[in-house]
Amino acid sequence: MQPIAIRDVSLNYDTPGGKVQGVTNVSIDIDASEFVCIVGPSGCGKSTLLNIIAGFLAPATGQISIGGKPVTGHGMDRGVVFQDFAQLFPWRTALGNVSFGLEMKGVANPERDRIAREQLRLVKLEKFTDSFPHHLSGGMQQRVAIARALAYNPSVLLMDEPFAALDAMTRDDMQRLLADVWKETRKTVIYVTHNVAEAVYLADRVVVMSAHPGTVKTVMKIDLPRPRDPLSVEFLDCQKELMGHLGHNTNGAAH
Amino acid sequence: MQDAVTAIAIADAAPAGRGAERWRLAARNIFPFAVVGTIWEIVAWAGVFPHRLFPPLEEVALSFVNLTISGVLPHHTIETVLRLLGGFALAAVFGTAIGVMMGRSRRAEDILLPLVSIGAPIPGLAYAPLFLLWFGLGNFSSVLLVGFVAAFPVIFNSWTGVKAVKEIWVRSALSMGADDKRLFRYVILPGALPYILTGLRLGLAQAWRILVAVEMLAAVPWGLGWLIFGARKFLNTDAMMAGIAVIAIIGLLLEKYVFQKIENYTVVRWGMVAK
Repeated sequence: MQPIAIRDVSLNYDTPGGKVQGVTNVSIDIDASEFVCIVGPSGCGKSTLLNIIAGFLAPATGQISIGGKPVTGHGMDRGVVFQDFAQLFPWRTALGNVSFGLEMKGVANPERDRIAREQLRLVKLEKFTDSFPHHLSGGMQQRVAIARALAYNPSVLLMDEPFAALDAMTRDDMQRLLADVWKETRKTVIYVTHNVAEAVYLADRVVVMSAHPGTVKTVMKIDLPRPRDPLSVEFLDCQKELMGHLGHNTNGAAH
Repeated sequence: MQDAVTAIAIADAAPAGRGAERWRLAARNIFPFAVVGTIWEIVAWAGVFPHRLFPPLEEVALSFVNLTISGVLPHHTIETVLRLLGGFALAAVFGTAIGVMMGRSRRAEDILLPLVSIGAPIPGLAYAPLFLLWFGLGNFSSVLLVGFVAAFPVIFNSWTGVKAVKEIWVRSALSMGADDKRLFRYVILPGALPYILTGLRLGLAQAWRILVAVEMLAAVPWGLGWLIFGARKFLNTDAMMAGIAVIAIIGLLLEKYVFQKIENYTVVRWGMVAK
């Protein structure tokens, strides 16, 4: 598991469709095995930042290093989970999807199969190894995506609102599951979300970003013991504090 | 989670009560043919056209059987099918290759797209005299022409298919360490498959169209196209109809036992195309 250093990263770019929300002078240090959530209003550039860390976009200025090694593009030291259920390959079974990274890595078959099954067990889908994605529910597909991103054993897991498209109850289950998976694998996780309760439930630290320009407004440490109780007073206090940082009215209920 | 399990269980339980369902399906498929057949019989027996030019279906059936027994119809059929498959194979291989190349490389797209766009709308038969002059009469030029004309829809659809491959699949594959070659083989090709299959289907239809006409022009001694056009000279409408029927039957068989089988095994099974 590797620490991540993000130094003075900026990227502002124009497309024919208008100016894409960029990031300006973002610096964050993340410890090995730390769970960091990035929250912020729509268009604060949090997804852009994640795409830069993933290596899909190159920053205009600044540098990112993982375990001391500078990031120059996508690489197998990072696993990525997107929001879109369609990220799975429909022509591969759950097991085939999870095996993909191992195949690319050149892991041969009895071993590859064993690891992939093990990962599916980790996300509680061992009964669905031979199902194609379109036979799985949205929550199950996202779990396959998590297993797939973990299977080739990257040191860092990057997640871009992976549960945002799920219904509230499934989302709660998934957050619990992710907390368990993280406890077991101890990956360094960067998790982008706009859901305050989700950030407080999952994160060691929450990076709050603001829009125009997309930059780090504040960083909030969450010291609650795990497993966390979302109904406890301390949890709700944390949520209120985080909403305050986001500029929300703290008298209202959390969503 | 439970939902998915039940859904699969229900799908598997479908065979129950299949017999009645099957009959209903067969009746529904036969009905339109029965209607057209009846109208045909009425027109034939009413004498709207001279008997020889518009024979009743039983005479067509009789001549179909006679031509089959005598071996004439099978001979025509085999020659045509061989030319069809030869031309279609050319179209499938080169069409897919060119289309995929256009989808993958900006340079290839810039060079080939204008050529393909201009070539595609020209009726296939308009190329026929050129091919016959360049490559002579006979099998070689007809197979080549069929391949050339049938390649256009294959090219267009493979090109579109590659362009339609979801960016998120590409990103996922890249983040998992896929290089260009494996990205192509494990992601681009299966991702473009629904479009490629559509292109092949359209290509085969195109191949039929051009082949039947060109068999008359290329002066080949056997072939369904030759049979149909040749029968006209002797007012053998029943033989003509028999030839047309064979084309319909082969088309149906290819659709049902080749294309649908491939589709059911791939894109339908993967949920990329609705059944």
